Formats: sequence, C-alpha cells, structure tokens
Amino acid sequence: MTNIEKYTQSFVESFDISPEIVPTLKYQSIQAWDSVGHMALMAKLEESFDIMMEPDDIIDFSSFEKGKEILAEKYNVDFDA
Amino acid sequence: MTMKVIDMTNPTFPLDFPGTAVITDNGDEVSYAEMKRLTERWEPSIPARALVFLLVGNNLQSLVAYVACINRGIVPLMLSMEIDGGMLRHLIEVYKPSYVWRCRDGIAEKIDGGGVDLHPSLALLLTTSGSVGSPKLVRQSYENISANTSSIIEYLMLDETERPITTLPMNYTYGLSIINTHLNVGATILLTEKTLMQREFWNFFTSQNATSFGGVPYTYEMLDKLLFFRRRLPSLRTMTQAGGKITPELHRKFAEYALREGKHFVVMYGQCEATARMAYLPPEKSLEKIGSMGIAIPGGQFRLIDENGNVIHDADVTGELVYEGPNVTLGYAEKAEDLNRWDDFHGILLTGDMARRDADGFYSIVGRKKRFLKIFGNRVNLDETERLIKGHFSGIDCACGGKDDQMVIYITDKNMQDIVQEYIAAMTHLNFKAFKVVTVEAIPKNEAGKTLYGVLETLNV
Repeated sequence: MTNIEKYTQSFVESFDISPEIVPTLKYQSIQAWDSVGHMALMAKLEESFDIMMEPDDIIDFSSFEKGKEILAEKYNVDFDA
Repeated sequence: MTMKVIDMTNPTFPLDFPGTAVITDNGDEVSYAEMKRLTERWEPSIPARALVFLLVGNNLQSLVAYVACINRGIVPLMLSMEIDGGMLRHLIEVYKPSYVWRCRDGIAEKIDGGGVDLHPSLALLLTTSGSVGSPKLVRQSYENISANTSSIIEYLMLDETERPITTLPMNYTYGLSIINTHLNVGATILLTEKTLMQREFWNFFTSQNATSFGGVPYTYEMLDKLLFFRRRLPSLRTMTQAGGKITPELHRKFAEYALREGKHFVVMYGQCEATARMAYLPPEKSLEKIGSMGIAIPGGQFRLIDENGNVIHDADVTGELVYEGPNVTLGYAEKAEDLNRWDDFHGILLTGDMARRDADGFYSIVGRKKRFLKIFGNRVNLDETERLIKGHFSGIDCACGGKDDQMVIYITDKNMQDIVQEYIAAMTHLNFKAFKVVTVEAIPKNEAGKTLYGVLETLNV
C-alpha cells in the first residue's frame, strides 16, 4: 500500500466512511470527525506510520489536506512513495 | 419547598454589573449593560409563560435567548442546535411549545396549535442528558436555579475576575451551571464553539486569559493525551470535573499538576435532577481523597440508605446515595400536562448511584442502581436504548451492556451490525466509536424472559 493509500485508509477506518469523500474532509465536517473521532484518527495514524504525534500537530490537524502537510513536513512521510 | 414564582422585578440574572459579560471567539465583546438591553429586546412578541424550544450552541445569540427567557418568565427547553430532526418533531408533538427558536438563523418559529399551561414556579426544562429517544424532561424551578447558583459560587469562590472558557454545551446542565454562576458574579464568559482539539480554542484561551474550564472524564483523557501538563497556561486557576467518575489515575495526575502549578482541580458530582451540582471535593483534599467526589455542597445534605430504606450510619458501607437540598428539581415531565405539576421530589433525590462514605465524611461513587452508562458525560439509559433498537429494527433481539464511554450492543443479526451502530450514533448524537455492536446467536434469558446480563458479559464474542 502506498503512503497516500495508508493515509486515506486511516480516515476510512476511523470515521467509517467511503474513501471517495476523504480528500474533502475537515474537522467537524462530518459527525464522526468530532473530538472523539479526532483522537481515534490520531491513534490510527500513529499506528499506520509508526510515529508519535506531537500535541501541537494534533491540534493543528484540521483537515485531510492540512494533515498531509503535517505528516510530510514533521514526520517525513513521503506521499509520492 | 417555598413556591418561588417568576418575579419580573427580581430577575434570576440581574445583569447590573460593570464590565464585560461575554467575549466571543469572533471578537464580539458585550458589556453587562448591553447584555441587559439585548435580553430585554429579544423576541418582543413572545409573552411570559410561553414554552419555547431553544436550539442552542455556544454562541452569543443562544446566550442572549437563554437569559432573556429566564428573566422574562418564558420557559425554555434547552436543546442542541444539532438535534436530530425526528427527535425534535417528536418533542414538539409531545410538549406543544408556542415557539421553536434556532440560533443558526435567530428566527422564532410560531408553532400552530402550540401553547400549554405551565406551573408558575417552572423556570427551565432540560433533557435528562443525552437520553435516547425518550422525551423525558427535568423540570427546574426559579428557586432551584438560584439556590444551586449561590451554592456553587460559594464553594468555588467565584468573583468578577473569573474568565471561564466554554468547553461544554449550554443545553447540558453542567455547561449551563457554569453560565448561571458566572453571570451572577459579574464575570466574563469566553464563548466558543471550538473544541480542545482545535488550535483556535487554545489561541482564544491564551489571548483572552481564561481562568477556568469544566470537563467530563473524557475531556481529561483528551487533555492527558494532548500533554496538557506541558502547556504554559499562567492565567488558568481552576479546572472542574463532573459528568461521570474520572479514573483514579487521571484524578491523581490532574490533582498533582494543580498542586505543582498553584491551580485548583475540583472533582464534583451532580445530576440534572439536582439542577446541576450536589457535591464537590475541596481542592486542598484532591490528592488526599483520590477517587472521592467529596462532600455535599453548601445548603445540601447526603445520606446513604440500605435496600430497606434505612439510613446507614457506619463508615465504609455501600448504600444508595440520597441528596436533600433546595436545588432538587420539581421532578420529571413525560407529557405536556406534567408541565403544570408542582413539586414531585419534595426536595429529596434518590440519586440511583451507589456510594460509600469514609470515616472523614467524604463520599465515593462505587456503582449504579439504575441501568445506564455515562458516555462522554451524557447519561444513556441501557433499557431505553434496547427498546429504541428493537422498535426501529423489527425482527432483531437486542441487549445493551458495557461500561462508561463504551456501550456494547448485543444483537442477533450479523448483517445489522453497522446499521445499528450508525442508527444509535445518529439518535444520541454521540460518536459511533462509543458503541460496539456484537452479534450473538441468542440473547440469554431466564424463564421469565428477563435478559441475563451477567451471562451476556461472559460470552466471548
């Protein structure tokens, strides 16, 4: 699985949604992405990419796009791989 | 209880303080004088003693609407602006409000055929926190609100220098009590709909020098994961906790943090049926009494009773916790006619919680008499959830168990797992992660047809 697939899959599993809508997601744009869902997503990403997210990154993680930037810049996740 | 009725000359919120009542996260600042004007002008066509459903969020419009209602003798039922449409229609059918007001558009919709008789002492209606499907409400009087507000102000020693930031919805009794108390000491409420998980929340917190916040156990779990203890928050004075029992580990962590940083961590206990608050653990005891929710609030009293209703006098014996005080509400409502009832509880509340008192007089909750869970601070009745699922999905059997923040729903049709989970999440407006649906071949029952919950929990599924 590529990194972008792994990333998308983390949203799918945390929010129980179909992969097509994932790229448009923002915090609280769907009921499942509330603070409870946010913690679940962070745990899932930490597990999938074997990383430990910093609290500042957890609270900056406000959308699918923003999260991608954070993982690429701070955790060396290469989304072209 | 004395019958305190609505008194326009002596309103619940006098609002005659100097200074700022509210600051919102989009930069609005509202003085107490302005707040008073806004509430006097709010929806002038709605008369006193009308029943109004308020669909609220943590925004200025909602706060003005709530305060206007209470001060002008209009009786609000506080509901979330996110309420499920079906549930709202059901509540309208049952209680026949005169108006439904929505904070999103600020429009009060007049309901055809609405209008019911309300008891003169009735001030406010709340749902029994997060209760699924059931239209059961708690009836709070003007006296209840005043009494609980003054007790909380006294034990938390609140004054006009406080700046609480909102972390709980105002249709939730704990969130509302924070508003009631701070508006009655001339403090400044920092109003935001943002959550702890958002950068904007923390920016607002630090730029506006928040002094306190409240949280349910799940809030403290999240704060712990966010390494809250590393955050520099010099303005913070007090953290309060209610809405279910916090784990001893988290209690210790936050009590130690508070002690180290010169802040207060206050564990509390309450129910909507007691307006909001019944007990608090004085912060200087927070480390010594881990696991305890403290002592009765000023003006209130606790006792423990055994299964025959006799008072337990010895320490460290478990019994049902009974509370007595002027904040014990009038009772429940299940139909429109109940809104004209006076006092059913007579100042005494059987809490349904099992508790113990230690030799120093401090109480700890050890279990529950009634079958309900607290999910993210919301009470969810297990039997009601079962009825709801069985009613909605014909042909499946269902039983509910589990623990706080994690309900387990046992059903008998594997193909229904996802749809049941979705349905319950939608009905309760709680994250679906709180509901684990598992399939069993049959729900174990005794000869009388009663579900054997003990057996159910041992089934390895």
